[in-house]
Amino acid sequence: MRSRFDEQLDGLNQALIQMGSLCEEAIENSSVALMTGNIALAEKAILIDEKIDRKEKEIENLCLRLLLQQQPVAGDLRLISAALKMITDMERIGDQAADISEIIIIGKTHAENGTLYIGEMAKATIKMVTDSIDAFVNRDLRLATSVIDYDDTVDAMFTGVRNEIIKRIENREINGEYAADLLMIAKYFERIGDHATNIAEWVEFAITGIHRGEMDS
Amino acid sequence: MEKITIENLNLFYGKFQALHNINMTIQSNEITAFIGPSGCGKTTLLKTMNRMNDLVPGCSLSGRVLLDGDNIYGDIDVNMLRKRVGMVFQKPNPFPMSIYDNIAYGPRTHGIKSKALLDEIVEFSLRKAAVWDEVRDRLKKSALGLSGGQQQRICIARALAVNPEVLLMDEPTSALDPVSTSKIEDLIVDLSKNYTIVLVTHNMQQALRISDRTAFFLNGRLIEYSDTEKLFSMPKDKRTEDYITGRFG
Repeated sequence: MRSRFDEQLDGLNQALIQMGSLCEEAIENSSVALMTGNIALAEKAILIDEKIDRKEKEIENLCLRLLLQQQPVAGDLRLISAALKMITDMERIGDQAADISEIIIIGKTHAENGTLYIGEMAKATIKMVTDSIDAFVNRDLRLATSVIDYDDTVDAMFTGVRNEIIKRIENREINGEYAADLLMIAKYFERIGDHATNIAEWVEFAITGIHRGEMDS
Repeated sequence: MEKITIENLNLFYGKFQALHNINMTIQSNEITAFIGPSGCGKTTLLKTMNRMNDLVPGCSLSGRVLLDGDNIYGDIDVNMLRKRVGMVFQKPNPFPMSIYDNIAYGPRTHGIKSKALLDEIVEFSLRKAAVWDEVRDRLKKSALGLSGGQQQRICIARALAVNPEVLLMDEPTSALDPVSTSKIEDLIVDLSKNYTIVLVTHNMQQALRISDRTAFFLNGRLIEYSDTEKLFSMPKDKRTEDYITGRFG
């Protein structure tokens, strides 16, 4: 009796999965570009960011149409409002992958072999984004919570990268411009982790009706 | 404050049990909405609150319905009960008489004869029902000549004329267009400052818009009863969720 609504919700799910995959692809490309100096991959990440922006608009329109046409309540309302909030964070993830790529392109920056935790950080944030989207798709509360908990690990990695950069500046192993670029890149990865955490918090809300922000206040 | 308390209420139409062990309280000066699929017992329960079910042959019940702590199925005057607990129906049903006489009908049956007092009651009730400005110049004309929305407000004014404490409303806007519906909804919210309102509605958006609490019924049972916002955002019972999201009903 609500088959059209269910079809539309399924379409929303699919669109979010696609947007999530684009985010993963963008970070993946920018992080490989960072580790290898492959400028073509950095440029690809910027193009993917544009696709992510278009996807955000498409999903936003779909959500607004669903709110208008179906006047959703209960679980349906939580799902659609969570989706509206999640796409903002996903769009920011795309921006940050593009920002990392720009630094790589402009500064010809790439992390030398054996450098730092930065490669680990990149992998960790990709996993956070993947897991947060998977948690949404599978309505997996435990996975969402694990993403949120994992953010502390990524934050610690950022501190590790920062300390290592400081040490290498002191030892005159790296120049100022390179150090600044690396620190910016590490910060962008750390922010991507924060956005993945936000997504996971909205997944929790969609499932439980309670957002962590409300519990804290 | 509790206005109506329903305790262990079971109601039968002959052998068919229409209500199963209902326990709930209706708070004063609030709008309580009853929702649920057709035949779930919501109108039946509404009618137990001013003993309209007495008129149905073969209807019997057990349990208690308390109005301000007194059992209305005990030794009480049913006419006085219906003065305290008024009712507005789904279809506007003005009497085939003038607007004035429609409103004055109740007070007259309760013995008010003074023209000045009746005039006052008629104006007060029509103003309260937000229809005075539209009918003040045609009080002597038939109420049947009014639009559906106006007729329904006349019926609300008629219910108010006997100075009730509780208003039972059985889908009061289901026969009305969106503009009239909106007017009646505003009126109901306004009336809830002075009256306790129990509203049966099939329009869930209406329950969401105007009620303080919502009760969901299914097959004669009260499934869930809570703050309206809570019930529509985070229902506890899966059956409630399935009904309000349109999965059945």
